[in-house]
Amino acid sequence: MTFSDSVRPAAVTARGWGWRHAGRSQPAVHGLDLEIQPGERVLLLGPSGAGKSTLLHALAGVLGDSDAGAHHGGTPDAEDSDETGTLLIDGAPPRAQRGRAGLMQQDPETQVVLSRLGDDVAFGAENLSVPRGDIWKRVGEALDDVGLAHLPLDHPTSALSGGQKQRLALAGILAMRPGLLLLDEPTANLDPDGVLEVRDAVGRCLDKTGATLVVVEHRVGVWKDLVDRIVVLQPGSATESAVLLDGSPDQVLAQARDMLVAAGVWVPGYVPATRTRSGATGVPGATGGRGAGVPADGDLLLAAESLAVSRERPRRRRFKTVPPVPVQSGITAQVRAGQALTITGPNGSGKSTFALTLAGLLQPVAGTVSATVDLSDGAGIDPYKWKADQLIARIGTVFQEPEHQFVTGRVLDELMFGPRHLGHGEERVDELLERLRLTKLVDANPYTLSGGEKRRLSVATVLAAHPRVLILDEPTFGQDANTWAELASFLSELLDAGTAVVSVTHDQEFSDVLGGTELKLGAPQLNLAAREPGPRNPEVAAP
Amino acid sequence: MREALTLHANHALLTRANPLAKFGVVMLMTVVLALSIDWVSASVALAFELLLFPLAGLTVALLWQRGWPLIVAAALGGWSTSILAPDTGRILLDVGIWSISEGSLELGLGFLLRGLAIALPAVLLMSCTDPTDLADALAQKAKLPHRFVLGTLAAMRLVGLMAEEWQTIGMARRARGVGSHGTPAQRLRATLGQSFGLLVQAIRRASRLAVTMEARGFGGAQRTWARESTYSALDIWVVLGGLLIAAAAVAAAVGAGTWNMVFLEQQ
Repeated sequence: MTFSDSVRPAAVTARGWGWRHAGRSQPAVHGLDLEIQPGERVLLLGPSGAGKSTLLHALAGVLGDSDAGAHHGGTPDAEDSDETGTLLIDGAPPRAQRGRAGLMQQDPETQVVLSRLGDDVAFGAENLSVPRGDIWKRVGEALDDVGLAHLPLDHPTSALSGGQKQRLALAGILAMRPGLLLLDEPTANLDPDGVLEVRDAVGRCLDKTGATLVVVEHRVGVWKDLVDRIVVLQPGSATESAVLLDGSPDQVLAQARDMLVAAGVWVPGYVPATRTRSGATGVPGATGGRGAGVPADGDLLLAAESLAVSRERPRRRRFKTVPPVPVQSGITAQVRAGQALTITGPNGSGKSTFALTLAGLLQPVAGTVSATVDLSDGAGIDPYKWKADQLIARIGTVFQEPEHQFVTGRVLDELMFGPRHLGHGEERVDELLERLRLTKLVDANPYTLSGGEKRRLSVATVLAAHPRVLILDEPTFGQDANTWAELASFLSELLDAGTAVVSVTHDQEFSDVLGGTELKLGAPQLNLAAREPGPRNPEVAAP
Repeated sequence: MREALTLHANHALLTRANPLAKFGVVMLMTVVLALSIDWVSASVALAFELLLFPLAGLTVALLWQRGWPLIVAAALGGWSTSILAPDTGRILLDVGIWSISEGSLELGLGFLLRGLAIALPAVLLMSCTDPTDLADALAQKAKLPHRFVLGTLAAMRLVGLMAEEWQTIGMARRARGVGSHGTPAQRLRATLGQSFGLLVQAIRRASRLAVTMEARGFGGAQRTWARESTYSALDIWVVLGGLLIAAAAVAAAVGAGTWNMVFLEQQ
């Protein structure tokens, strides 16, 4: 038995469908009318807040129970969620059909359920009470389809890269043989290689099974050639339909290009306009300056010499201190005022680990990180030994996941935190609020902001302490085109004003905007334990 | 940390036994050794347990790595019993309020050996048992509710993830100026803040994992099992071995006249 003769593509019907989450006053989706034919491949676009994820969760049958029926004659209670209209898969409510739809979310870490590869793929099929013999046949087929069949069934899932985890999740979904694939920003947290890996695996599986696809993703270019229809949603209201545009990819992109660009969608072939650096020392795209340490005009602030890095701390064994095995060694680099340094390299090459070591947050395994007198200003040569408040006034680090750096419950307090500790610099906060468009959000709780707002806030909070060196770990991951352009322009301004900017990034266009030099780290050293966590959810995870 | 929960390349004999059989033996040892405080039964059991190391693929270095808190706890228990228990027999050491006599030393030694003898089976069990297989056996053979067992198993994976996250949050907060320097009160506040950050991330992760599991059809009343948990002849030997060790420990202690039913004596 193969997939093709067992998968029955599903049809989706929404009639005046709406959903309000518990505790919210406004519905997430309102008045949605949509027909998706069996086997259609649909890309859902729309601004954040248009209810794309809510629709996917509803189709997957994982939205909380609605109490639509419980309020007959009474006013709906704002504490309960509320459903209106109908949403059907093959004419029946999604909740009643476990396994008919399979959902993939964006954080690879939470797409894995069990610790062994084969067991994880089998999990969904087990829950659907598939007989044991069939399960393993399905597991083998599914792993083959997503290109993971070369790994043993007891391979530890924690040792997979981000892209592999997402493909594993796809295999787990395929083993349930769903008629409807639901992908909620499946590649938002992956590096460019991981994105293609996952996209191609999805394409192969669809070609084989003929299943219906609904994918939400703001990088249109990645999915454009795989889908045959684009639906643009908008926050619906009583007067306006929730579906703004609906048609073939070329048609919709031609019709609504400007509108999509304005909404921050990554439209193919469009790179958002950014500020050009004035008198940039590194010409964008120039190869002459490749390799760090090229003599340049800016003052030297920070230097790494034959550095070996690891996240692990030294261990004590038999009264001796045993240094951890480094993920990368022999790194030499210089950070100069007003110059950008971009750190690139494949997953696991220790890019983030190097950046954190340079930032004085991790202890070098071997070699040195030294601050020049210009930067240290009396605090000593080794940034790792600086006190926290000495560090933030000299080197600012923006983590991949903004939430990791939130220390208060209010946007304004968040920005004032550094200056208050240092006893100066509070006057700069207003300027940052203004510049990064956070003025209207001063009283909001940082955790409730959108992804782009969180990113802008995390950059602003670190800059409020006025560091001369700014280090950013994958600052553009999962960001929409508008936030991307703002960030790139803002950093280029900082560079011109004399701040040194070090960024770990896979984003070529971003490093082109910043110019400067590129430090390319090699493939990970041959050591299975030396695994750098793959790129993860910009809303959640560790760098 | 995450890797500590898997078996790596352990192919020792006991890895093939059913986890429930091994679990049963661990329970048996614990109950028998909890009955009496004497050094004979404990040391007999301990000697047998040490003999089992190769069968479970455990080495002394691995034991220390995984079980050191238990070993330290046993040693501390033994030490404090020796100095605090009422003195009987000859006084061996007297330093003011602390004194060690023959009787209290014997009691302390019994305590230490007993602590080790009770702790070791658990370490042995975990070193030769994959948590997934244990969950399979608990759900299929012991008939514990599968939603509970599998939910716990999935959550355990997150624990390792949280250990990494704790390190990252610590660095991220230092980069905001929250230091591990300062007065104890400031440090406590910094730790509390970091714990809150971790809690937020843990809840987000957990709810996302729950959605993943639900979307894979988890939560129904019925399910099948891809891995059948089975008993084999080996399990008979495991249980017989456990009974033998327990019986030998009791017999040796009764024979030596040291068997001492702590709970009965008090009545």
